[in-house]
Amino acid sequence: MSTKLTEQVTFYTEDHEWVTVHGELGTVGITKFAAEQLGDVVFVETPEVGKVFKKGDDMAVVESVKAASDVYAPVSGEVVDANAALADKPETVNEHPEADGWFCVIRLSHGEELSGLMDKDAYLEFCKGL
Amino acid sequence: MADDTHDDLKRTPLYDLHEKLGAKLVPFAGYEMPVQYPMGVMDEHKWTREHAGLFDVSHMGPCFLTLEEGIGGGDEAHAKIAALIETLVPSDIAGLKQGQARLTVLLNDEGGILDDLIITRPLGDEAQGSLYIVVNGAVKDQDWAIFEKALEGKAVLTRADDRILFALQGPEAVDVMSDFFPGCEELKFMHHMPFELNGTGCIVSRCGYTGEDGFEVLVSPAAGLPLIDEMLTDDRVEMIGLGARDSLRLEAGLCLYGHDMDGSRDPIEADLGWVIQRKRREAGNFPGAARILAGIQDGVAEKRVGIRPLERAPAREGTAIEIDGKVVGVVTSGGFGPSVDHPVAMGYVAAAHAAPGTKIDLMVRGKARPGEVVALPFVPHNYKR
Repeated sequence: MSTKLTEQVTFYTEDHEWVTVHGELGTVGITKFAAEQLGDVVFVETPEVGKVFKKGDDMAVVESVKAASDVYAPVSGEVVDANAALADKPETVNEHPEADGWFCVIRLSHGEELSGLMDKDAYLEFCKGL
Repeated sequence: MADDTHDDLKRTPLYDLHEKLGAKLVPFAGYEMPVQYPMGVMDEHKWTREHAGLFDVSHMGPCFLTLEEGIGGGDEAHAKIAALIETLVPSDIAGLKQGQARLTVLLNDEGGILDDLIITRPLGDEAQGSLYIVVNGAVKDQDWAIFEKALEGKAVLTRADDRILFALQGPEAVDVMSDFFPGCEELKFMHHMPFELNGTGCIVSRCGYTGEDGFEVLVSPAAGLPLIDEMLTDDRVEMIGLGARDSLRLEAGLCLYGHDMDGSRDPIEADLGWVIQRKRREAGNFPGAARILAGIQDGVAEKRVGIRPLERAPAREGTAIEIDGKVVGVVTSGGFGPSVDHPVAMGYVAAAHAAPGTKIDLMVRGKARPGEVVALPFVPHNYKR
């Protein structure tokens, strides 16, 4: 990373997506809890760069041996990058769901949406209740 | 993820074991069944292909049909009970040898498939006049009602779905099984033997639905629970869930009832013509014979085929199959094949496009993905012939 480190904060949704916000960009993936629930990931359909999503839209698809699951946009915005490495190594989502297993980067159009998401402690508490 | 309440679901005698082993339980065929254990679908699948996987299939419908007059009448008694069941299925049941089993299909009047089932002729003259039959769990009540209607006054149906039915599948299954059931290693594919275990009778059949060598065992809960506990202490044996059962049978090119066949498909469309032996074809005395025999003679409009998605995206059930923008078929089972390490599928296509090598488009989420019609199975069968 050559850019100056800005403060990064990660937010979570009840549908088990995470978004790590750095400036106007947010890196998006699915949580460890979601990855464990899915089991072995065999395919990820990441969104195309340039696509614009509203919060809650179907944004990506993650497939296990048994089933396909939708991944929803945790915030509104435009996709500026997608994780091409998942095409050959979908198992990265199981191995490092909240790091190398990221799906895409979104340029946030409605930053205020973040206030409706959970922080890490609240999310972990939420998972305990499931 | 809402917490499902499973109030109306039944449990097999192995339910407590599944819970103890940390299985993920899901509703299936009216039962709470293990879809996977902590090992996970991918590794459970591979374990079965390399070692021995133990599957609880007690949700299925094992039963016995027995002549009203009782058993023991030798070949004549077998001919009588076979004639009764042959009014419902197109396979040669009369011609089974003692101890032999056959896969067959239960037909509606139009020749459509109501279920697939295995019918076994018992061993020993004293046991003739009865048949051991295993039907699918999801439709067992339907099947048994059909049996009882056809047998009325001539034979009785005894359900055995309060027992444990388990399968041990994989290349090491035979070595494990022969420790517990000495002599079972001599069985050939689709043959069975009765055994005594702790004073109760059980049935050991060399069959299964994974494409591997293996066995299915029908046993009382009292004798079966300690048996399975002991089998699981063997390092070669792991419990395997329904998730891997599905990917194993799909790689083996085997049909799943309600998906790859149903009441609208006849055995020729389903590419199961081999279940109709020549004797029955010549006699033509089974439900829907006119349609089925016409299909054999003139061909069918649509046929079940193997499908290989050529990219990494699986093509799931319901995926449309197109050629040059025109729909020519539909995927009926699709997922990922852990042993072949690529997506695998089956489906129905117009007969003109059913030849292996035919290039097709699989319409996955609105996008055409390249695929190819291929010969089944995806992995060679490993049966003990």
